[in-house]
Amino acid sequence: MQIIKDKAIIEDNWVHYCGEGDLPEGDLIVSLDIWQEMDLSGRNIGLQLEPDDMLSDIKDDLHQFDLIAINFPTFADGRGYSMAKILRDRLGYKKEIRAVGDVMRDQLFYLQRCGFNAYEIKSGRDIVDALEAFEDFSVKYQTSSDEHIPLYRRK
Amino acid sequence: MYQYNENDQRIVDERVVQFRGQVKRRLAGELKEDEFRILRLQNGLYLQIQAYMLRVAVPYGLLSSRQLRMLAHIATKYDRGYGHMTTRQNMQFNWPKLEDVPDILDDLASVQMHAIQTSGNCIRNISADQFAGVAEDEIVDPRPYAEIMRQWSTFHPEFAYLPRKFKFAFTGAAQDRAAIQFHDIGYRAVKNYAGEVGFKIYVGGGMGRTPMIGKLVNDFVPEKDLLVYTEAIMRVYNQFGRRDNKYKARIKILVHELKLPKFIELVETEFAALRQEGAVPLDAAEIDRVTAHFTDPDYMDLPDKSEVFNQYLQDDKDFSLWVKQNILAHKKSGYAIVNLSLKKPGVPPGDITDDQMLSVADIADDYSFGEIRSTHEQNLVFADVRKDDLYQVWQALKDVGFAEPNIGTLQDMICCPGLDFCTLANARSIPIADKITTCFDDMDYLYDLGELKLKMSGCINACGHHHVGHIGILGVDKKGQELYQITLGGSAGDDASIGKIIGPGFDQDEIIPALKNILSTYTRLREEGEGFLAAYRRLGMSPFKEQLYANN
Repeated sequence: MQIIKDKAIIEDNWVHYCGEGDLPEGDLIVSLDIWQEMDLSGRNIGLQLEPDDMLSDIKDDLHQFDLIAINFPTFADGRGYSMAKILRDRLGYKKEIRAVGDVMRDQLFYLQRCGFNAYEIKSGRDIVDALEAFEDFSVKYQTSSDEHIPLYRRK
Repeated sequence: MYQYNENDQRIVDERVVQFRGQVKRRLAGELKEDEFRILRLQNGLYLQIQAYMLRVAVPYGLLSSRQLRMLAHIATKYDRGYGHMTTRQNMQFNWPKLEDVPDILDDLASVQMHAIQTSGNCIRNISADQFAGVAEDEIVDPRPYAEIMRQWSTFHPEFAYLPRKFKFAFTGAAQDRAAIQFHDIGYRAVKNYAGEVGFKIYVGGGMGRTPMIGKLVNDFVPEKDLLVYTEAIMRVYNQFGRRDNKYKARIKILVHELKLPKFIELVETEFAALRQEGAVPLDAAEIDRVTAHFTDPDYMDLPDKSEVFNQYLQDDKDFSLWVKQNILAHKKSGYAIVNLSLKKPGVPPGDITDDQMLSVADIADDYSFGEIRSTHEQNLVFADVRKDDLYQVWQALKDVGFAEPNIGTLQDMICCPGLDFCTLANARSIPIADKITTCFDDMDYLYDLGELKLKMSGCINACGHHHVGHIGILGVDKKGQELYQITLGGSAGDDASIGKIIGPGFDQDEIIPALKNILSTYTRLREEGEGFLAAYRRLGMSPFKEQLYANN
């Protein structure tokens, strides 16, 4: 599947595993429940967080995840933005943070600002077109994960 | 007032391009309506009963004459020749076509205006005391802080998809004229014993179906922490505010359900964590930069007494009535604050035509440094008029139709658009407002009633602020019939209170007699010099209720 990562379109091989059926081959993205309950040793693991998962439950295990996916059940649900920001700026998570679910070009500018660097664009949407969204604004007033200096201090 | 620099301008210009793209994708079917709805709302574009409605931001109620002329141009070219002042100091256009909206935004951007975040579940346009900078009772001018907050909240990446809409209001005066205790966050700028500026911060006020008075969350947040403290509040709300039920999604419900001490603890913990990870305090240099945009205009040194003004007061009774009712004292001697009344029989409260906008812009240029303010009570203000000029200004305003001497009277009511325009409404409000202003048109009677805040909403969402009317009217739908409930005892000021329902509602023919009945109880039982609200608070609901329902 094609996704956007670091502002480029790439072929992605991570597999979302929801716990039903046989364990697929390859690198797995799983929910907090599955990660806690199943033996996934030897695999590269991506953890998928839901908006109401608590970061405090996983903050000591972050080193075990090669990526963290944050689900947007609907794009009106903005909790994932705070989650990514806290993962980056407070918990120091440096690897991939991926937006999944109801994700389209109109969120990308805000998502990247909050610390996301990968995006599974929902089906039926033009992923090439979505790339343009990173350039929607050339000026940012606030600090965020992508910019720790407020506009008025930047040269 | 604030002038955009290159960065500010670029942001609104780029917003136009972005929104133009979204409209194009919508018209091409690439965006579904339920997706586009969320995007267009972040840009103030609603779909109403008969057409789109575009809400243009008037940040903290400040307009230049140039901007007002552009609004007139938009009303002429893209609308039906008028605009509407809202209770958040903004201007709405009721008839734009979707395909025209990007061009309207282009026109707005050309005069440093926009429609960014005037609706949607984000931080909305910021409101403030309409007399900021000129009021006699001001301690701190809140405008620079409101502007700093406007910039900070514009396209804030983390807080664009909140559980529900989010409203800020600022005041820096002794008397709260911005209803800060009825906002999601209310900021009262104060000075501490050392003369340093800080903010009393109230959280969780609001109207709607569950009206609540904001609660004091911090007694003094130093100005340097204004943004980071706000960020802490917003983050707590974004994470924990309810998203399962839109009617329980405002921050007032979160504060209520957590209880205030727990909410404060979460905010303080978040604030401490943000500081620890290096959140940047607001620079004094940045506060100074923005404050420099709000210095006094070039006032003349004038005596407080104006001979010519006093002569007109003696000679012209109508003029003196207008002065008594619509003019307020100014901090600078020889100057006055002029309230323009947008309330008169036959016109929906807050409506203003394109020609009126142009005339108001001209008068502002001639007499008030080219600046106009909008108020949350849906009127306009000239903040800096020389007393020597008041007579000329009055005559000019009479020609425009904004010189009704009814500010603060029962005629000066707040009213939402109601069922004539709004998809949310249960009942019409504009025709009822018209009935009231037409029926209560004996000015001597209105003056005798004194200050009386009458506020009307066409549904429980309370856009017309009925909860805080001394008398509130709420339109409801009862089995297909429009009924109007009356509340008494609300106040949006420092003595904030929420009105209580007096009893069963009235239909549109009964509402005027009911109001007359309530007012007669007041005039019968009031003490010397006692206003309606004070009388109600002393007497309680019973005498009003007994009299009103005596025949049932």
